[in-house]
Amino acid sequence: MNLKFIRNALAVVALLFASSSFAAGGASPLHDKAGNDVADTASLQRGFASYVNYCMGCHSMQYVRFNSVGEDLGLTDDQLINNLMFAAEKTQEPMNIAMPPKQAEAWFGQTPPDLSLIARSKGADYLYNFLRGFYLDEKKASGTNNLVLQGASMPHVLWELQGLRRAIFDEVEYAPGQTRMEFSGFEQVTEGKLTEEEYDHFVRDLVNFLDYAGTPEQIERAHLGVWVILFLLVLLFFSYLLKLEYWKDVH
Amino acid sequence: MSNANTESRGAQFLAWIDARFPLSKLFKEHMSEYYAGKNFNFWYVFGVLAIVVLVIQLITGIFLTMNYKPSAAEAFASVEYIMRDVEWGWLIRYMHSTGASAFFIVVYLHMFRAMLYGSYKKPRELLWLIGMLIYVALMAEGFFGYLLPWGQMSYWGAQVIVSLFGALPYIGEPLVEWIRGDFYISDITLNRFFALHVIAVPLALVMLVVVHIIALHETGSNNPDGIEIKENKDANGIPVDGVAFHPYYTVKDVVAIVLFLIAFSAVVFFAPEMGGYFLEHANFEPANSLKTPEHIAPVWYFTPFYAILRAVPDKLGGVILMGGAIVVLFLLPWLDRCEVKSIRYRGWIYKFALGCFTVSFLALGWLGLLPAEGIYTTLARIFTAIYFAFFILMPWYTSIEKTKPVPERLTWH
Repeated sequence: MNLKFIRNALAVVALLFASSSFAAGGASPLHDKAGNDVADTASLQRGFASYVNYCMGCHSMQYVRFNSVGEDLGLTDDQLINNLMFAAEKTQEPMNIAMPPKQAEAWFGQTPPDLSLIARSKGADYLYNFLRGFYLDEKKASGTNNLVLQGASMPHVLWELQGLRRAIFDEVEYAPGQTRMEFSGFEQVTEGKLTEEEYDHFVRDLVNFLDYAGTPEQIERAHLGVWVILFLLVLLFFSYLLKLEYWKDVH
Repeated sequence: MSNANTESRGAQFLAWIDARFPLSKLFKEHMSEYYAGKNFNFWYVFGVLAIVVLVIQLITGIFLTMNYKPSAAEAFASVEYIMRDVEWGWLIRYMHSTGASAFFIVVYLHMFRAMLYGSYKKPRELLWLIGMLIYVALMAEGFFGYLLPWGQMSYWGAQVIVSLFGALPYIGEPLVEWIRGDFYISDITLNRFFALHVIAVPLALVMLVVVHIIALHETGSNNPDGIEIKENKDANGIPVDGVAFHPYYTVKDVVAIVLFLIAFSAVVFFAPEMGGYFLEHANFEPANSLKTPEHIAPVWYFTPFYAILRAVPDKLGGVILMGGAIVVLFLLPWLDRCEVKSIRYRGWIYKFALGCFTVSFLALGWLGLLPAEGIYTTLARIFTAIYFAFFILMPWYTSIEKTKPVPERLTWH
């Protein structure tokens, strides 16, 4: 293994890990980390309850079955049926919505996207900031706009919890003689039921659930991985000894 | 005839087979009496690892095909079905997606070994050509396979690459329609890419690998010193610097395979997406012909050639240069005029040139991931020039290079 190889290998490794971020939409001024922990089952349960109550009116999770969530989150069938299933009868059914597609198009311009995999395509951080990025905008039909996704047709469904805010934009000169409007902060107009910190926790739990729903096997996968690698390390040890033994006669 | 009283059942059974099929003969010829240089180093491991990855892809591929549905309406959902509802489906899927990237890492390193030790030189030129055909087949296999999940990147990546063929004069547009089977990438395209990915190209790959190994065994393997070990045989006709492939290299390769599996498992179990490089984030959104992704990029193993394609301002020119970048690799045995095989004994010019080639290949790979604007385009043009200069100038700089004397015997005994 010479220097050239090591240099090349490092270059390859550096390439692999450079810019491994999600391609978040353009100029979102919110860059907070979601900080969710998929191993926190209690958080996932809260997120699941929030999802079913606030999101499932419009957003399906067509690849997620109620009983899969029940199994992973430690919920019984009765708990699912009595508290978390509004439009479904059997627990093995997927989390579909009741909104007819034609109506959805008339009301929102398109059917609200299915969220089974939203955490895998957009990332938990994007979702965390999206749900905290709504502000009042009289020019929009829904009355609100979103800093993370300008022109979002989604209304601020969580307005009762967060309250309503206005976004303040300042005119900023970014090049000689050229200005643009830049976001500088929020101004709370009506209070919500939750404080800012409580709302952030609420959103974190919800995003945690979305993260889990996108990749439900991730906790089990990591646990198994530890055992697989340990086994292979033991195998490596013995196969290396075997190699040395055979190669003793080669000089 | 064998004496039934003194021979074991096993030996009798083997004799029965051998009278009807050359099993023992093949084993001796290709394993226990096939001699390879004693001094194989880490670079010599990638051939057997490529076979391991091929087997992984074939087996995981078969199990995926049991549940995958190759129609535009059902493909995406069937992949999620495999990931969530099929027992261990997520493991099979991740092994297949990781295996695809692993295949290219292993094959690129395998090819690089040939460039280090002159394994493409006489009498192994045909071996190199067969290997290049395997490489091209592998790229086709990856390209067809990538459409199958029917995600946004699958659809739009295929759209971009297939439309490149439209740049060819006269035959371009009809050719593109013929490939797609339709006027745009559709369910018809998906179905035929499925057939090509699942049976046509794998069949070709397996046959090419068999031919590749037969060609290798005909000439014998090269080694890090670039010395032909068959030129120095002992009284029994066995190369003095050789060891039998079995058991010496089978036992050594097991260690390499276990090491590879550790790295492979680390990815599969802890980071199957690899930050979006092995499984792209955009591909977790179902294909939408009305919505173009912000940033269309091919998978990482195609990015060097993608960068070359975009470096040229003209579409046809880009296609020709991109194709040329692969064609020129076929010509390597004849461009290299130096008699000395191994880089250990070659002049500084070749070492420098190979270093430049390596850097430019990696740089082009990185540039292929980025948008084609401003400084990136300029860099892509510079590195494309270096890439081609490595080949075009090779007949000149390899004929004037000052080589060191090549030893008679291998330098590690």
